[in-house]
Amino acid sequence: MTLNLMETAALAILGGAVVLSLLRLLLGPTAPDRVVAADTLAVITTSGLVVLAALLASPLYLDVALIYGTLAFVGVVAIARAIEGNGS
Amino acid sequence: MATKPETEEGSGLADGLFLFVVVLLFWMLLTGSLDPSEIITGAVVALVVTLTSRPHLSIYSGVRITPMAILPIINYLGVFFWELILANIDMARRVLSPSLPLRPAVVEVRTDLRSPLGRLALANSITLTPGTLTVDVQDQTLLVHWVDAPPDIDIENATRKITTKFERHLKGFLK
Amino acid sequence: MRILADMFLLIGATFTLFGSIGLIRMPDVYNRIQAGTKAVTLGSISLLIGISLLYPQWWSKLLIIGLLILITNPLGSSTIARALLKSGVQPWKKVETNTPEENSNG
Repeated sequence: MTLNLMETAALAILGGAVVLSLLRLLLGPTAPDRVVAADTLAVITTSGLVVLAALLASPLYLDVALIYGTLAFVGVVAIARAIEGNGS
Repeated sequence: MATKPETEEGSGLADGLFLFVVVLLFWMLLTGSLDPSEIITGAVVALVVTLTSRPHLSIYSGVRITPMAILPIINYLGVFFWELILANIDMARRVLSPSLPLRPAVVEVRTDLRSPLGRLALANSITLTPGTLTVDVQDQTLLVHWVDAPPDIDIENATRKITTKFERHLKGFLK
Repeated sequence: MRILADMFLLIGATFTLFGSIGLIRMPDVYNRIQAGTKAVTLGSISLLIGISLLYPQWWSKLLIIGLLILITNPLGSSTIARALLKSGVQPWKKVETNTPEENSNG
C-alpha cells in the first residue's frame, strides 16, 4: 500500500520509540534496567510486526507477532525468576 | 504466589467447562472460520487441553458467568479503559514536564477478592491505572508502587484510592 | 475510514514514543517500568485498532494479539518489579522527603 503523510509520520515516531528503548538497553546502568528496556522493546516489536503485516498486506505476520509476543512474555518471566533467585 | 486450592469437588466440572469454552473460543478466533471441521478440531484440542490441565483447574474457580454478571463486566471494562487513557495522559504529562514531578513510594492495599483470577485481574488493573504498579500479591494484601504517593498515607486511604473503583465491579463476576 | 485509522496509528505511535521517553528520563527502575508498561500498552492497543480499521478482515487475530498484550504486559512488569523488590533493589526517593523508610521490607 502507498503511505500518506500521517502513516509515514506514525512509522517515524514508532522508529524513534524503538531507538530510545534501544538506548536504554545499551545504557543500562544495571541489569534490571536492561530487562525492563527489553520487555518494552518486545511489546513494541509485537505491535511493529502487526504494522509490518499491514504494510506488506500479508496476514502471515500476524501469526509471527502472536508467537513473538508469547515467547517474549515467557522470556521476561524467566529472567525475572532468575533475578529473584539471584538476590537476597 | 501462595494460592490455596479450592477443595470443593463439585466446582471442578464447572471450572473444566469454563476452560473448555475459553479454549474453543480462542481456537475459533485464531482460525477465523466457522467451518464445521475447524470447530470439531478445535473441540478436540480444547478437550485435550482441559484434560491435561486438570490438576490446575482450581485456578479458574471463582468465575461467575451468569446473566447477572453482564452488567458488572461492561462496567468494569468501561472503568478499565477510561482509567487506562487517564493513566497515559497523566504519565505523558509527568514524563514531558522538565521537573519530573514524582513522589514515589511503596504502599500496601487490601483486597477482598479471594480467587486467583480475581486477584490477577485486580493486579493488572492497578498496574495499568494512573501512577500505580502492583509489585507483589500476598494473600489479602497487594504491594503497590505509587509514583505520586501522598505523604503519610495509611492502608485504608490507599485501599480506598487505588482498589475500590475496580473491586466494586470485579466482585460482580469474580469471587 | 482511512483518516480515522491513521489517527489511531498516529496516537498509538505517539504514546509508544512517550513510553520510551519515560524509559530514558525516569530516575529509577520502578518508575521506568511504570512509564514503559502503561504507555506502550495503550500505544499498542491504539495501533491495533488502527490496523483493524484498515484491514477489517483480520479482526479476530488482532483481537487475540490485543488481549495477549493487555494481559501479559502488566503481568510481566509486575513480575520484574516483584523480583527486583525481593532481590533488594530499593525504590528511589526524593532527597527532601523526611518520612521514615519502613514500608519497603518485602
